[in-house]
Amino acid sequence: MTDRKKETELLIEPHGKLIYLNFGEIWRYKDLLEMYIKRDIVTFYKQTILGPIWFFIQPIFTTIVFMFVFGGLAKIPTDGIPQPLFYLAGITLWNYFSESLTKTSDTFLTNQAIFGKVYFPRLIAPLSVTITGLIKMMIQFLVFVIVYIYFVAKGTHVGLNIYALLFPVLIFILASLTLGFGIIISSLTTKYRDLKFLITFAIQLWMYATPVIYPLSVMSGSKKYMWLIQANPLTSVMETFKYGFLGQGTFSWLALGYSFLFSVIILLVGIIIFNRVERSFMDVI
Amino acid sequence: MSDFAIKFENISKQYQLGSIGTGTLSHDLKRWWTIHVRGQEDPYLKIGQVNEQSDKSSDGIVWALRDINLEVKDGEVLGIIGKNGAGKSTLLKILSRVTTPTTGRITARGRIASLLEVGTGFHPEMTGRENIFMNGSIMGMTKAEIRSKFDEIVDFAGVAKYIDTPVKRYSSGMTVRLGFAIAAHLEPEILVVDEVLAVGDAEFQKKAIGKMQDVSQSGGRTVLFVSHNMNAVRTLCSKGIVLKSGQVIFEGNTDDAINQYINVNTLQTAEIINSISYLNHEIKIDSVTINGASSNYLHLDGDSTSLQVVIEGSVATEKVLTLEVEIFDVNNNRVAFYGPGMVNGILKRYSPGRFVVNEKILIPRNLAGGIYSLDINLTHPYVAYYMKASRCVQMEYIGYQFASGHNDYKLRGYYILDSAE
Repeated sequence: MTDRKKETELLIEPHGKLIYLNFGEIWRYKDLLEMYIKRDIVTFYKQTILGPIWFFIQPIFTTIVFMFVFGGLAKIPTDGIPQPLFYLAGITLWNYFSESLTKTSDTFLTNQAIFGKVYFPRLIAPLSVTITGLIKMMIQFLVFVIVYIYFVAKGTHVGLNIYALLFPVLIFILASLTLGFGIIISSLTTKYRDLKFLITFAIQLWMYATPVIYPLSVMSGSKKYMWLIQANPLTSVMETFKYGFLGQGTFSWLALGYSFLFSVIILLVGIIIFNRVERSFMDVI
Repeated sequence: MSDFAIKFENISKQYQLGSIGTGTLSHDLKRWWTIHVRGQEDPYLKIGQVNEQSDKSSDGIVWALRDINLEVKDGEVLGIIGKNGAGKSTLLKILSRVTTPTTGRITARGRIASLLEVGTGFHPEMTGRENIFMNGSIMGMTKAEIRSKFDEIVDFAGVAKYIDTPVKRYSSGMTVRLGFAIAAHLEPEILVVDEVLAVGDAEFQKKAIGKMQDVSQSGGRTVLFVSHNMNAVRTLCSKGIVLKSGQVIFEGNTDDAINQYINVNTLQTAEIINSISYLNHEIKIDSVTINGASSNYLHLDGDSTSLQVVIEGSVATEKVLTLEVEIFDVNNNRVAFYGPGMVNGILKRYSPGRFVVNEKILIPRNLAGGIYSLDINLTHPYVAYYMKASRCVQMEYIGYQFASGHNDYKLRGYYILDSAE
């Protein structure tokens, strides 16, 4: 008893350190993280008839809509890749990013009640959202794989190559970006809620600056927007994914390295800001 | 090494009124515009904070807590009492790390579980079972710990039948019971409880208080308990502190703390006559005195056994006036009643003009010492009230001094019984 007490001695002081990320503490709360993830996944389809099937239906519907609007009406080329595969690839990655970012950027507002009552490492909340999103993405990736196999069986040429092994790296970049941006925005929205409205709009625009519905090759002609698309850290993630799995697209180590560095920096900045805000946000929100 | 569980050192908490975020950028701009350009008052200043906190300085700074120094020993049950806005909840919030102190530091040994408002971590869509695990892990317990206590929790909360039903279908009482059961069973070394007992029914309240006693006595764990229910504080706590305007004004045994709080809580010395809450238009009161004093605070030591109540005034028409004195304890329970007209049938008639009501009331020698408050009324029994003064006097009754000199029988009961032999 006394040993545990000593071990858990706790000091509460006015100001914390600049970068204070107590991994030990987060590790002690790993069960809570697990509960959070479980809760988010289970409650997602509570009181629905189709249940978990909704995880699959969502990307399929979006793909059909995209095939109709962008492929059919706007006639945006897909670099010779079958349309369902092309859109599904983009949607799987993009949905993860946009959904998780919207949710994490609301961390403080949605958890206001519970943050105001009990203490646990606040980072658990956005972290769980990011991981839940990841699990959802893996489920949706399954849809992509099934469609993929279908096309292979049909004899369509899909250029799967060694770069597909970069998939975990892509996931890491995506996850860091969402978590980083998410906690930065959530920290800022504790004081100014205006940002909350801006963010949904910004995410919509962001999609058009990312090669989700078009291949990068289409834009290479336009000098006006190319710099923006290349500065976008998501561009190389999308392109690398399509390059590895579908054999089309642009791949460069430089672009991928840039995205990687970008995501790590955003994550670090996010953690610093988040730590500063989490200590006192209850007084401001 | 001393055996403290929690040590507060110079803890202060400062709030800046109004000038922190008002919510949106446009509000901040608007406020800046009104104050600095148009020279008017802050339109977003929090209302209600200004009048209560007397130590608010002109620049809108409020000290919710000021220099709290406190040591809570291992296994102690500390009652924290004080008026609304005295800083009780702020203190608990700092302890449970919901917000940070402005200055000072707290050292706490052991895990802290707080019951600031039970059931806050509940997700309405999840079942009772899922929520027990969720809530337990929010409080920092591992899954294995929760699993070993699971049956006990369900049993204590009395929700066995509904354990696989979503919590949104629970009644509010069930939710609170479940929330309390989780926190009380998960064996944190330090349990922080803020006014939770207000919700459950009487039976559950009793159960909860019993559980908290168990926790502190057998488990040797520390409990911090905030409540306005003095009975609960008295039964549960081994020590009490009184907070007023963010400062500890009393620290000591529970009974003294409660008495101190009740003194602080009432008007400081004022005249009884000012507490008259109702007066018939045909009657005028010039003075009200008890034992010769007109102040609303009355101290009766062990030798005093009577109250001499004198009311002087005038009536416009002939009236039957009977003095009525009621004695209440600190929990507003009526302890004794004096009303000669009602009981004995002697009604005194007063003709128009001046009147003097002068009666001597005997206080039983065996009435237990403590703080009481009095109602003084003039009435024509069963017909009308002419004057009412509710809780107009605070009476501190020392009570009969026993040879042992012990004084800790205060309010164990209303009367001290003698042996028949």
